[in-house]
Amino acid sequence: MPHSTMMDEDQTMSNPLPSSPPFASSIAQQAPDTFDSSPRNEGNGNEQVELEKLFDDNNLASEDEFSYPTSSAITKEISNLTIPSSSPLPLPAYPAQIESGSRFSDPDIMLAFYRRLFPFRILYQWLNHGYKPSADMANRELALTLQGDVYLRYQSYAAPDLLRKDILRQNPARFEIGPVYNTNPRDRKSLHKTSSFKPVAKELCFDIDLTDYDDIRTCCKGASICLKCWQFATMAVKVVDACLREDFGFEHIMWVYSGRRGVHGWVCDKRAREMNDEKRRAIAGYLGVVLGSADKKINIRRPLHPHLQRSLKILAPYFQKDILRDQDPWQTTDQTDRLLKLLPDQALSQALKKKWDSAPGRSSTSKWKDIDSVASSGVSANLDEKALLAAKQDVLLQYTYPRLDIEVSKKLNHLLKSPFVVHPGTGRICVPIPISTRKDGKQDWSALDDFNPLTVPTVIEILNEIDAWDSRELANQAQVMDEQDSSQNAVHDSNGQRQDKVPDFAKTALKPFVEYFKSFVADLIKAESRSLKRDRDEDGNGEAEMRPESMDF
Amino acid sequence: MFRQGDSRIEAKRKNTINPKRKQFANAQYQQQEYPFRLSIYQLPPTADITLEQFEQWAIDRLRILAELEACSFRRRTGPETSDHMEPLLKKYLPLNANPASGVVEDFLKAERQKDHYSHWILRLAFSKTPELRERFARVEKRLFELRFQKSYEEEKQAFVSSLDFDWETVSVEERAEFAEQLAAVVPRRSDLEDGFWFKVDWERVPELVQERKVFLRRGKAYVPAREQISMVVAEFTTRLEKALEQTARALPRMDEDDRLMPILDHISKSFAMPDAALADAETAVPGAPITHSTIDTLARQHFPMCMKHLHNTLRKDSHLKYSGRLQYTLFLKGIGLSLEECLVFWRQSFKNKTDDQFNKEYSYNVKHSYGEVGGDANRRGKGYSPYSCQKILTDAPPGPGQAHGCPYKHFAPDSLSSLLQANGVDDVTVLKGVREDVVQKRYHIACNRVFEWSHQAQLKKVKNDGSWTGTDLEVIVHPNTYFKRSYLLKNSVKDADDSDNMET
Ligand SMILES: [Zn+2]
Repeated sequence: MPHSTMMDEDQTMSNPLPSSPPFASSIAQQAPDTFDSSPRNEGNGNEQVELEKLFDDNNLASEDEFSYPTSSAITKEISNLTIPSSSPLPLPAYPAQIESGSRFSDPDIMLAFYRRLFPFRILYQWLNHGYKPSADMANRELALTLQGDVYLRYQSYAAPDLLRKDILRQNPARFEIGPVYNTNPRDRKSLHKTSSFKPVAKELCFDIDLTDYDDIRTCCKGASICLKCWQFATMAVKVVDACLREDFGFEHIMWVYSGRRGVHGWVCDKRAREMNDEKRRAIAGYLGVVLGSADKKINIRRPLHPHLQRSLKILAPYFQKDILRDQDPWQTTDQTDRLLKLLPDQALSQALKKKWDSAPGRSSTSKWKDIDSVASSGVSANLDEKALLAAKQDVLLQYTYPRLDIEVSKKLNHLLKSPFVVHPGTGRICVPIPISTRKDGKQDWSALDDFNPLTVPTVIEILNEIDAWDSRELANQAQVMDEQDSSQNAVHDSNGQRQDKVPDFAKTALKPFVEYFKSFVADLIKAESRSLKRDRDEDGNGEAEMRPESMDF
Repeated sequence: MFRQGDSRIEAKRKNTINPKRKQFANAQYQQQEYPFRLSIYQLPPTADITLEQFEQWAIDRLRILAELEACSFRRRTGPETSDHMEPLLKKYLPLNANPASGVVEDFLKAERQKDHYSHWILRLAFSKTPELRERFARVEKRLFELRFQKSYEEEKQAFVSSLDFDWETVSVEERAEFAEQLAAVVPRRSDLEDGFWFKVDWERVPELVQERKVFLRRGKAYVPAREQISMVVAEFTTRLEKALEQTARALPRMDEDDRLMPILDHISKSFAMPDAALADAETAVPGAPITHSTIDTLARQHFPMCMKHLHNTLRKDSHLKYSGRLQYTLFLKGIGLSLEECLVFWRQSFKNKTDDQFNKEYSYNVKHSYGEVGGDANRRGKGYSPYSCQKILTDAPPGPGQAHGCPYKHFAPDSLSSLLQANGVDDVTVLKGVREDVVQKRYHIACNRVFEWSHQAQLKKVKNDGSWTGTDLEVIVHPNTYFKRSYLLKNSVKDADDSDNMET
């Protein structure tokens, strides 16, 4: 978990914003729901303290939780921003233009993103498994990483508005999702015994990270990725997804781009969420294959388990195209030696080595074919064909089988980055990959096959898209207003806040992802209420009451 | 299960599990029939037992559970554990199979009753906290598994079919449909052909899933008959866990019976560190030349770390504070040092004191420890008993200048490491193991680890030649047992290194 300072809710900034520099207050004036209408201290500079220092002193903070001026630190962060000179003052509700040099985690950008684009309501419903606030969300831990890398654990929110307000107030660089506890995590210290505070449910999570493939990807290393090595993620998702659906019977599985070089899987079925660590370990073990290293063979039982047989079938085409052709993993002598070590027959290996040494530049595809052709030419008197086939299967798995960070999957109380947050390094949004289920029950993989991590929208791009859309719209409206009453073009919500008919996300490249998320959550809630109803009433028929209108956010 | 009549409780007879005793034949309350050796302990006990039985049976089972737990802490393999446990089970918790005749004789019923009742007593004792419940369920599961594995095939089948597990059997049609997949799951063809398959929610067999030993389809696990032990064990554990939570909720009502609660309380405390009541363990070694002049050598060779530390501190400072003196004196008494020799030992050790000071301030304590002086009770009881590990671990920890206590518990990790190395324990793996044990608060395991390491050659020999059996090698939970075992090992292995013979 990336954090520099562990802290807990003792240091929660539960007080409303006490001071507000010009930038923030101008936001607040235009958007009354953003901050509590608490006394504001214009231009107060005296209270400004280093954020880390503030949180260092646990005792101080916990003794006087409510009056501690923590928020001033946040506002200081905001006030320190360089406001683009082209922006006229007073500022609009979000930075109208962001200079290309702006950092992705700049608090003003983040705040604008949370205010206008983040799908809080859907996120809330997703974690709440229903539209009506319930313990599933009220007792759920969120952990916020604030500006300055302060890590704030055990946050929880009883209602979607509270979630939104607090995120806007704290303006975290990102946040993670943890388990549902048996009680509100904010109250955990008031329990008689701390030992009775325990996690009871969480999605089953998976983490696929391309850095785990560094010994076999030839195109990139470390944090960088390209479309070629992204295929490792694609095949991993397909293998794991197929296993979870076909073998374990899970249905509500969401795959989320992690913002840089990986994918996170969220299995949201009730049955998955309620698993204890033992069962999570079981799934992790079932999926896990101890891959060989440079000089150690992979070790799997024969006959191959049905899961591995299916995986081979899924992976074989990727092996041909994305491994042999695109990664071309056996170019150097070191690389071919590694391959030859995996073969079971020494005479065969020697013959192949001789052949390849005399043909530098021979492609990996040809080399792979050579194995069979040289084997059938009779170089080895006692060639064990079964062993050779097994070895070839092992090689295939070695180069394609999912490499999962299994720790993430094994523990109920592991935290994982939330979908739709901004990756601080790339500025890309952690969007769900819109994989849908076809009518025949099979997965429609086109969204995954076409997914390009390099074109996932960045926070700056989408904020600019809103701008572009709005100015276009403004021009259009100017025409229309000549003809009719402008008041019909705007609606006001219960807070009196002006709301465009078109939600901001729909003006941006985020639209398909948010819509996918929405339908994913709707399906989940539908299944949830069906199972609830089944639980309540054995011969219940008919759908539980649905309130799709409350899906808006 | 517990008869209310006081007369029964006051009758402090020594109870033995004697098949001929009438009490088993003529139980007044409903006596259960125990048709099977194994049990999943669904029904609570209904017949009466005495308070002594209540306590003794619980303690016997506790020994077994503690030993099993120690086996897993030590990462013994399944067969190792099984070998280690066999003699102990025979001694403390025997459980024999039905004879060929199928007639369940009284002695079998008695064994099964003890097994049944002791399980239920410990359930009461360990249902209090989630931690205890979890631990209890874990070791009970291991015990059940061990016994199930050791059962005959027919016995297993009869037992399993007596339980109302709602396991679906896979139909012939379905077996044909998934023939290929099922064949890939079982290693041998014969298993596939004559075995039958169960179909259950995969959550009921997580261990088999983890190992990919079942075929999975849409959340159902297809389990080959030969793996049914996993299912039985899983079922056993699930039911026990549920039952323990129910017991925990029912527990407050038990407070009314103030005779049981102290016993239960004591039992649950000693689970953390089984108390070795030295009643059946003579710690002194008859005929061993134990005098004031041999203590230095004995300490070097045979004392556990707590006593070595006391001894070394005494030699360094020529003094020990009261708590340390008491702990050490009782230990010395336990190894067989006579009162006279003990007084000489202390007199010589306290070099800086005059005879007068010694007689006035110190000799009385020594005599008191031996029961030579003090009240009637003290004299009759021959003074205090030597301290067990449990007592040492739970008594007040040593303050500045004090040397009593248990180094594994009371020393900081680095100081402990230095202490061990200064006493010749220099094996990196052992030191690392000790460090882990100590973090896990398994102080007695750390001590046993050091014992096993420093006696590894001798232990190997006595195990190989069969001269020592499992009961001789139970986990040490008393400093005096440490001494005795070390001493006996040294002297029963003839070709031990003569150069550091204690007689020199
Ligand atoms: Zn690449």
